[in-house]
Amino acid sequence: MLSFVLRRILIAIPTLLLVSVFVFTLQKLLPGDPVLVMAGEERDPEVIAFLREQYRLNDPIIVQYFHWLGNVLQGDLGMSLRTRQPVLELILERIPVTFQLAVMAMSFAVAIGIPMGILSAVKKGTWLDYVANFVALSGLSIPNFWLGILLILLVSVNLGWLPASGYVAFWSDPLRSIQTLLMPAFVLGTALAATLMRHTRSAMLGVLQSDYVRTARAKGLRERVVVMKHAFRNGVLPIVTLSALLFGELLAGAVLTEQIFSIPGFGRLIVDAVFNRDYAVVQGVVLVTAVAFIAMNLLADVAYALLNPRMRAAQ
Amino acid sequence: MTAIDAPLPARARSRAWAKLRRNPAAMVGAVIVVVFVVLALAAPILPMASPTATDWGAIRQPPSAAHWLGTDEIGRDIFSRMIWGARASLMAGVVSVAIAVVIGVPLGLIAGYFGGWTDSVIARCTDALLAMPFLILAIALAAFLGPSLTNAMIAIGLSAVPIFIRLTRGQVLSVKTEDYVEGARAIGLGHLAIMAAYILPNVIPPILVQATLTVATAIIAEASLSFLGLGQQPPAPSWGSMLNTARNFMSQAPWMAVWPGVAIFLVVMGFNLMGDGLRDALDPREH
Repeated sequence: MLSFVLRRILIAIPTLLLVSVFVFTLQKLLPGDPVLVMAGEERDPEVIAFLREQYRLNDPIIVQYFHWLGNVLQGDLGMSLRTRQPVLELILERIPVTFQLAVMAMSFAVAIGIPMGILSAVKKGTWLDYVANFVALSGLSIPNFWLGILLILLVSVNLGWLPASGYVAFWSDPLRSIQTLLMPAFVLGTALAATLMRHTRSAMLGVLQSDYVRTARAKGLRERVVVMKHAFRNGVLPIVTLSALLFGELLAGAVLTEQIFSIPGFGRLIVDAVFNRDYAVVQGVVLVTAVAFIAMNLLADVAYALLNPRMRAAQ
Repeated sequence: MTAIDAPLPARARSRAWAKLRRNPAAMVGAVIVVVFVVLALAAPILPMASPTATDWGAIRQPPSAAHWLGTDEIGRDIFSRMIWGARASLMAGVVSVAIAVVIGVPLGLIAGYFGGWTDSVIARCTDALLAMPFLILAIALAAFLGPSLTNAMIAIGLSAVPIFIRLTRGQVLSVKTEDYVEGARAIGLGHLAIMAAYILPNVIPPILVQATLTVATAIIAEASLSFLGLGQQPPAPSWGSMLNTARNFMSQAPWMAVWPGVAIFLVVMGFNLMGDGLRDALDPREH
């Protein structure tokens, strides 16, 4: 198992390096000379020369890249132009908020998507299957920012049941914190539930036709035991690897969800940074997201290897 | 074609078409998409108000005979803005997927066909691009390129490139060892001819399915970027930016928030239904 993990880490290194190249290249896409923007209206030649020297813009691009990479490896993602705070610090501040939102969204997704997928596979070809498929397709087609707006309109503006926006930290008031994130988590969880439902359905359909399920049925086991104990336990394995994929979706979805519900999380940070032309923060968010995504993939691979009895036996 | 069998013969294509036509969900999807395309194309000749004409005497009017879907915060006709907004959304969907296909498919072909170092380099780049979530990459690209519909389309297109590289590469790997490719090689055809005439036609069906589904994703992405102010710029209409404005008038003019969302939902659902139908129709295991 250790050699498997080490091998996977080694494979991830070139990918991480390439991610860093892409993220570094982003700033080169900026139209015009960034120093002229930073130098302000007066464009004092001395200030311009100082800034060029400070940001090493007179160096060849490859030297600039390695200098930037060296800093990144030491945890220095640059400074926010707006708040004058280190980018990494800003990101770390926001992560717990998005993490809580993500956990709640994932809970919704699992609670809705997996049972719906199982039911749809077991009742294949019935009206229940069609309804479940239609609901899943709707979940994939509905833009989550629109769903958010509709829910605010219905639940907050008309019914007054839940707050329309804002965030309360979990440790300061757990109940209020869950209340404020209930709607955003549902919105964010919808698309994930749809993806989970479709994958669970197709995995279960494959497993339900296998020989061991036929044998379990032939033994006279109750259908519930056949489905949950024999089929689902095998069918759920590929869904574990899917979780890494869903993680990316979750972060991307959080950008819009946090924007609509005014939640000061990771996604809101990138949007604010875009509008404040705080490019170091934009780069930092993309880089941290990609690193987290690669780490999640790695974890999912290891979890799959641990859960799969065939792979365990091969160790 | 010669003795080397034609890839995806005409019979298989007509069978797939017949299967697609028998799929009611796919047909519903196709009808939705066609209706939106026709409305978008016909926008300049339809008898309706200009999408940018303001009417200060009719601000935030609910739906009525004069304004079927109501008016917005500066008295513009929402129906007209919806129809013109369809142009931005559909164009963004199609153009960005075209960008992704034009860049992604040749790279996937090259990676899968030549293998070795070329493949390794392209595959690692694809992995790296896929590590950045689609929308976050599109937002970052749109931010650095500057806010406009064209840049949003470029950003979405570039973000979708790795999907097509990976898909094409995988398909090429399974096709390149087929007898007819070996045969083409045996009669001395060059790499380019083999890729163009024998491999590409066989990888087109899954690419077509993916392209249809990616148009749906791209339309949502464009709406998201416009919602954030990174896509179509005002006063030009786009569904995403209409929803962004609507947020500020939710209690006074809720209709402003309903229609653009319905339009996005319907058109995305249309492309998703078509994509699912195409996948079922083109799946060789089903034949």
